[in-house]
Amino acid sequence: MNEILKASGLSKRFGGHAAVSDVDLVVRRGQIHCLIGPNGAGKSTLFKLIVGTHVATAGRIEFLGRDVTASRPYERVRQGMSIKMQAPSVFKELPVVQNLHTALQRHLRGAALQREAERLLELLDLRADAKKPAGALAHGQQQWLEIGMALALQPTLLLMDEPTAGLSPEETYKTGELIQRLNADGMTVLVVEHDMAFIRQIAQHVTVLHFGKVFSAGGIAEVIADPRVAEIYLGKTQHVH
Amino acid sequence: MQHLLNGPQTPGSGRGFWGTAALVLLAALAYPFLADDYTVGNTAYLLIWVFMAMGLCLVWGYGGMMSFGQTLFFGIAGYGYGVLAINFGGEGFSSVYALVLALAAAALAAAVLGYFMIWGGVGGVFFGIVTLSATLVLAFFLGQTAGPEWRIGSARLNGFNGMKDMVPLNIPWSADGPLYFEGTALYYLVLALLVAVYLGLRMLLNSGFGNVVVAVREDPQRAELLGYDVRKYQLATFVIGSTLAGLSGALYTSWGQFITPASIGLPAAAMPIVWVAFSGRADLTATTVGAFVLLWVFQTLTVYSQQAALLLMGALLLCTVMLAPQGFVLGIVGSLGRLFAARRPATAQERQAA
Repeated sequence: MNEILKASGLSKRFGGHAAVSDVDLVVRRGQIHCLIGPNGAGKSTLFKLIVGTHVATAGRIEFLGRDVTASRPYERVRQGMSIKMQAPSVFKELPVVQNLHTALQRHLRGAALQREAERLLELLDLRADAKKPAGALAHGQQQWLEIGMALALQPTLLLMDEPTAGLSPEETYKTGELIQRLNADGMTVLVVEHDMAFIRQIAQHVTVLHFGKVFSAGGIAEVIADPRVAEIYLGKTQHVH
Repeated sequence: MQHLLNGPQTPGSGRGFWGTAALVLLAALAYPFLADDYTVGNTAYLLIWVFMAMGLCLVWGYGGMMSFGQTLFFGIAGYGYGVLAINFGGEGFSSVYALVLALAAAALAAAVLGYFMIWGGVGGVFFGIVTLSATLVLAFFLGQTAGPEWRIGSARLNGFNGMKDMVPLNIPWSADGPLYFEGTALYYLVLALLVAVYLGLRMLLNSGFGNVVVAVREDPQRAELLGYDVRKYQLATFVIGSTLAGLSGALYTSWGQFITPASIGLPAAAMPIVWVAFSGRADLTATTVGAFVLLWVFQTLTVYSQQAALLLMGALLLCTVMLAPQGFVLGIVGSLGRLFAARRPATAQERQAA
């Protein structure tokens, strides 16, 4: 099964506004696939449709060959998706290590669970803070903890909505390296992002959304070279400032 | 088993904690030798309510669902025990069957109400409103059952006057007759149940199940995105907590051989909230101890003036919300802990954590 995720004709309307309309998207095994586009392009809505926190108005989503269009988020997670939301979403009152345990305990138990929790704390550079409440961590550390929780599920497809939001350039680069390392170990990754430097660092395949539609798609080099893509980004920049 | 008794969800652990707990238990075991049967029976009465407090602590403190209607399940099991014990006649183990079936009825009611609320997306303050409405409906319904047509088998419901004359809980014992759980016998039964429920809940909360329950309280969407069907965890928590309220209800009916709609109505429904909020809903031990202390104070005051006791409970709730939202027992223990920690030099690790 080469196509891990396949969305076809996906649409989402909020009242009269079409946030996503008629989007086709294929994520292939082993890819780092980036979903980009200016603000309001529908990236986050499309992400939520894939994850299942929003229900599509029309269209179909297949994950590992199975129709998951009507599945609830937890069912998609059990089939192999794992999700990092845009704002750091961790259990703030619970200790860091318990955050990881809660994620790990669906697969592991006893000593194996402890070992994996230790390994993740090491990987995320959170060992010294393991007993702190997750809410006491710095923003960047919370982002990393959430990535750790997403990894703890041992997913087939890792979905990340703006994993670098609020991170320093150095933290952003480290996050990029982590994603590349995971990908080298065989994990497929779908990232929603608008930080172009980060996208250049990690992306292999890019889908550009604009006004809720697929504007352009292809390899990172050809999409970046496309003057029309540069234009919608520039247009957005001029609009914002 | 040890790691379940001492885990992240129950702060008390270590030798000091368990040593104190063992001493308290020893004192509780020795207590009937120092007091008369009537006083011991009254203490058993106070302990009977603690199950409802523990259940609410689980549902509200750990599960994040503020149920204002635990008396609904208290009432269903309380009336359930009465109806069944009267109809079963009280021979042999029939009162024990009545107790078990009454608890099953409370659990079933919690499952049905919980299903509609949780699957229907009722949360936050609306959870409190719906549960309170449900308990008021039962109280009003039972209040108008004074007529002779309101009977189930040979059990008259009797409206506001309440149902009476069911046998207390008893088991076949010796040739002289059955063992009735009254006075000292009831006290030991309730004490044993309390220890079992307390330890059982500790183990449940520190298990994987408990991890998910507190995770759902913290952030239901995050918990769902870890692959958990949060609705099932919420429902299970609600059913367990409500069955404990039912245990209080059935034991209450057995203790006094009566039950009235007043134990289901508004003032009664507010009580568990006060006990648990005052004690500290985030900790099972604080709730268990705090609820008992409050019940004792309330009972002592009620002898002089029931109005004064109710006013005091209201004032306590207000003070808790304003001054110590995490609960007074938890707050006091926390302050003592900090005081103690300040007196000894901090370790390198603690300095780093600070």
